[in-house]
Amino acid sequence: MTFSWTRVGAIFQKELRDYRRNRFVVFTMSLLPLVFIAAPMIQLFAIKVTSTSARLEPRLGLSLLFLLILPALIPSILSAYSVVGEREQGTLEPILTTPIHREEFLIGKALAALLPTLALSYLIFGIFLAAVALFAQPVVASAVFEGSHVLVQLLFTPLVAGWSIWVGIAISTRVGDVRAAQQLTIFAALPPVAVVTLMSLNVIAASLGLALGLAAFLIVIDGLAWRVLATMFDRERLITGSRAAKSTRVSPGGSRTAD
Amino acid sequence: MRLGQGMGVLASEAASRFGGLATSASPAISVNHLTKRFGERTAFEDVSFDVAPGEVFGFLGPNGAGKTTTVRTLGTLIAPTSGRALVAGLALSAENGPAIRQRISVMPESPGLYLRLTVAENLQCFAGLYELRDARARIEQALGAVNLTERSNDLCGSLSKGLRQRVALARALLNDPAVLFLDEPTSGLDPVATREVHELLGGLREKGVTIFLTTHRLEEAERLCDRVAILSTKLRLVGRPDELRAQLFKRSLEVRLRAELADPDSVLAALPGVERWEASASGSYLLGVSDPEIAAPGVARALVNAGADILSIAESRHSLEDVYLELVHEDVEAKRR
Repeated sequence: MTFSWTRVGAIFQKELRDYRRNRFVVFTMSLLPLVFIAAPMIQLFAIKVTSTSARLEPRLGLSLLFLLILPALIPSILSAYSVVGEREQGTLEPILTTPIHREEFLIGKALAALLPTLALSYLIFGIFLAAVALFAQPVVASAVFEGSHVLVQLLFTPLVAGWSIWVGIAISTRVGDVRAAQQLTIFAALPPVAVVTLMSLNVIAASLGLALGLAAFLIVIDGLAWRVLATMFDRERLITGSRAAKSTRVSPGGSRTAD
Repeated sequence: MRLGQGMGVLASEAASRFGGLATSASPAISVNHLTKRFGERTAFEDVSFDVAPGEVFGFLGPNGAGKTTTVRTLGTLIAPTSGRALVAGLALSAENGPAIRQRISVMPESPGLYLRLTVAENLQCFAGLYELRDARARIEQALGAVNLTERSNDLCGSLSKGLRQRVALARALLNDPAVLFLDEPTSGLDPVATREVHELLGGLREKGVTIFLTTHRLEEAERLCDRVAILSTKLRLVGRPDELRAQLFKRSLEVRLRAELADPDSVLAALPGVERWEASASGSYLLGVSDPEIAAPGVARALVNAGADILSIAESRHSLEDVYLELVHEDVEAKRR
């Protein structure tokens, strides 16, 4: 049986419907953007006309950093729940007894976390840019609209989100409790943001090469993670807590669990 | 509409579909020396049985006997340690996992519904997972089959346990399964909800759907199943309930008299067809016989000649529960030794 986008779509649609009616998710996805748009605006609007470029850059970096934390945090909350949450509410077993492949399940889950995150992150970034254009000092606005800043923000948003999602799903397949999964995922989602922070604070000298290198690293990780995760996704362990029998121990006709 | 009335289309489609997979002689499930171990612990061992197409097969056993693990193994969720099996015409193997799951349905003990989704949304998700082309019609049929059409827009979280079980059954019927695995479908349900599920299963049975039913409820197995297997890590017995009774218990006549016989041995011991006798209560006697129909008239005559007032003479019936308890008792005794 081949990879089916219909099955991916079934998981994706189910997840979105579930998010919409999950108060915790709705509350988190409403509150976090407010926090992460207020903080950078306060940073930038507090800058005086007379500020020098040396004083402006760190504040600008910090503001943009706040905006990058959003695509790291939102999907970590969603993806941490993805597998262990299904296990806890007893829905994993019925799903796994359908013809779905583990790759389809994982990609459906990942897309359901990625697309709302991108929509929300870009919306917040758009509001931020509009507010800066309308209300910030001209010197601040011109610094924000400098091509590289906008490009970095647009490029790193999906990459950071991708990292968070795969790390969250990986943790969710291994732990036995939703809260533990969420706590671990939030910590694990932060390394790319930490690197960007160090760049913003000039601890690491920001350069186009470094930015591209980091982006390339995240693209590779995000692109390959689902394959690595698929090998970690063991139906037997998820259902029973025990690893699947090794194929070498199975007599003819016996088998490892199918994907 | 009565429960189960809408099952005709789904079940007949299932039957015709299964007919395309295997000949009438091929079993729907064939299990050969299947064993599953988790490390040092054995879930089930050396289990062999066949289930014919259209058969309702009961799988009984005490807690921890390996029933659910057997269902999960045959449902390709977990891999056997050794042995072979054929499920819905396909060998149980890693490569066949998705194809087997396309042809079967498993209803676990817990309904496993998305409580924040409506009944219809739950079924839409699974229709997508089975890639059903006429999903809307199939969902309507499945909901009609369990008499839940009116509740299709209700959130599953707002339904009673019995209704959730019916939604889970509708979900299991969506793909017209060749083999339907039901793991304790009436566990935790009240008598009314249990009767509703029994009616649904009765409807499926009449339509020829192959059902593999694990249950603790022996009266349920006796009522619904063509054959039963009793598992206690190893398979203890397989057969029709009446066969199992005959295998474990000798046939007997239960005689009730108004008063005790003065010398029962002289009346009962020499009767033709009576192998043994014992007094079971005041004025009641249990007679071991080879054939109750042949022995009963002679017993009645002898008792009348002895001056006894007969209240009743009837064949003593052992229930499936007696069979089950006898086997479980044997197991407990064997472990003590």
